[in-house]
Amino acid sequence: MYQYDQLDQRIVEERVAQFSDQVKRRLSGELSEDEFKPLRLQNGLYLQLHAYMLRVAIPYGTLSSKQLRGLAQIACKYDRGWGHFTTRQNLQFNWIRLEQAPDALADLARVQMHAIQTSGNCIRNTTTDQFAGAAHDEIEDPRVWCEIIRQWSTFHPEFSFLPRKFKIAVTGSPNDRAAVRVHDIGLRMHRNDAGEVGFEVIVGGGLGRTPFIGKTIRDFLPKQDLLSYLEAILRVYNLFGRRDNMFKARIKILVHEIGIEAMREKVEAEFAAIRDSALRLPEETIAQIAAHFAPPPFEALPAGIAPEYAQAFRTDFDFGLWARRNTARHKQPGYAIVTISLKKEGEPPGDASAEQMQAIADIADRYSFGEIRVTHEQNLVLPHVKQADLPAVWRALKAYELATPNVGLASDIIACPGLDYCALANARSIPLAQQIARRFRNWERAHDIGELKIKISGCINACGHHHVGHIGILGVDKAGEEFYQLTLGGSADDSAALGDILGPALNQARTVDAIDTLVETYLQLRRGKERFLDTYRRVGLQPFKEAIYAAA
Amino acid sequence: MPLLKQGHVVEDIWVKVEDGDYLPDDRPALISHARWEAERDTLQKRNAPLGILLPNTADILAFGPEAGRFGVIALQFPKFSDGRAYSQARLLRERFGYRGELRATGNVLRDQLLHMHRAGFDAFEIPRDDAAEVFAKALASLSVFYQPTGDGRVTARDLRLRHLLREEAAE
Repeated sequence: MYQYDQLDQRIVEERVAQFSDQVKRRLSGELSEDEFKPLRLQNGLYLQLHAYMLRVAIPYGTLSSKQLRGLAQIACKYDRGWGHFTTRQNLQFNWIRLEQAPDALADLARVQMHAIQTSGNCIRNTTTDQFAGAAHDEIEDPRVWCEIIRQWSTFHPEFSFLPRKFKIAVTGSPNDRAAVRVHDIGLRMHRNDAGEVGFEVIVGGGLGRTPFIGKTIRDFLPKQDLLSYLEAILRVYNLFGRRDNMFKARIKILVHEIGIEAMREKVEAEFAAIRDSALRLPEETIAQIAAHFAPPPFEALPAGIAPEYAQAFRTDFDFGLWARRNTARHKQPGYAIVTISLKKEGEPPGDASAEQMQAIADIADRYSFGEIRVTHEQNLVLPHVKQADLPAVWRALKAYELATPNVGLASDIIACPGLDYCALANARSIPLAQQIARRFRNWERAHDIGELKIKISGCINACGHHHVGHIGILGVDKAGEEFYQLTLGGSADDSAALGDILGPALNQARTVDAIDTLVETYLQLRRGKERFLDTYRRVGLQPFKEAIYAAA
Repeated sequence: MPLLKQGHVVEDIWVKVEDGDYLPDDRPALISHARWEAERDTLQKRNAPLGILLPNTADILAFGPEAGRFGVIALQFPKFSDGRAYSQARLLRERFGYRGELRATGNVLRDQLLHMHRAGFDAFEIPRDDAAEVFAKALASLSVFYQPTGDGRVTARDLRLRHLLREEAAE
């Protein structure tokens, strides 16, 4: 994985010095809160309901064991011993004190990490497939391009004060695990007719209060032109994006208002003017970055299922349950990808204690070449585990309550922090997620239901991605009471779709029952191996709507 | 207002002339973009230097070819968070080869000076006594730059490529 050289390191250290000076100016009263706010936001520091929240960037969701240990130490030293993994593959600390924030950032810099551009109207952390470099269906490792984008977008002088925040996602697989169609820019690697690998460029997708599926602005972009094309899009957006209304300032609104053809015309004209500039990527530069992502020293193992794995699968029911849900196929024979669920019943989705982070770092060192990934579904991944080691990994995870066998199931819920922490929320998300998880605690039933993506947002800003949940839940405020509006049929993968609104919002107690009813309706209607989403797409909204509202 | 130019506080020799007011023909004057558009034919005959205040909503691609005839182009930051003028500045410098004074006006804050300088600004209306000091500090706050702009700073990528070439030469 990527290792900072002295140049990268100097940038983060200079940033810490700069921010320390700004905090000093704030604490001395030289800066008012109004003047300080944009500066702290550029360093990922938000003022929340109870304390400052620090959002740490985890570039494209890739962590080394050393970095995860660094995060665990920061959780103990400056927070209450917890970290919260987010849908942007980042980590948030919820209890930071302002005067300690510079020290926390200095500690981060020591493990090659930072909080740069984790908020503000700039280009945010680029996200990607959590299985990058391990996935069996991958065309190329997308992290190479994420890192190239990271460097280009870090302190970009032209694009630090955009109309609104800007999010880029990259997938290197045809099976999109990075939700590229719901980002400001989505990049999908594919081969053209000549067999060359390049990018389909998708623009103007996004969730929030006005959700859109992104539109293709270019079918095929040669790799060496990536930065010129991104710069062209960003420049058009910076000049023409709306600034009169914060809620209409994202690029999706610009694309929607002027149309994709007009957008393409502007972008292509700008691209033509800068295509052959210094932005064009030399082969040597691509090779230098790609070298950081060379595969780890895999053992040459026979294809097929490792005997130790098969044996445990047959003889240990609990292990089998876990292996079926929480492991995925690896490109390297004899290896597997392990997803560590951070959705244990009763815990807030995405939370990990410092002790758990330490344990995962140790397990990664022993069994996964010291690598860990963060998923946008708020779980962690050990990308390179030998199949033969799976039983041992499972036992090690289990000792730290990290072996919940529910990846992709009803209890593997995405939820934003909600009204428990967030100043913007209308309703709580975490307690609802916990109640739904409890409702589907029976593993037999949960596995029978199969893949079901439930996503909860506490407000219209949609941090919990409810629009693309198979079942989406949106917290709304009705005369001071928390209500929840349900949507069905959303999806963030290669068949991306926005969910349809089921009907009037329900109160919290009815919401949990309603989820149960929706699932029962699906079980009655499903044919063969259909997932909830497949059945929904076949039968439509009506039967579900009747099941929920007919009785009332 | 004191003007910070190339790192020094200098006297602003340019007088801002409101639309409709008399335009002195014996000293450098800054006029609005609207006035330039309306009186272009007369103004083109003027001998004394002319500067222009360009709104950040102006069509920069249409204006660009004319940029060379102005001694100063003053771009505007109505709020520090409105970043359109960064793109305008880069286009003027890099696309249209503008070499005159490029001035940042409006809500110009010390923490944005480095970005502005990288985008091509060389003059700043920054109303504080220690302007020169904060400017020097702002420019020194970062010493590594990832992305190429027209500012002549060496990028991290160039440094790495040179390193690579040195390694190859040593082999």
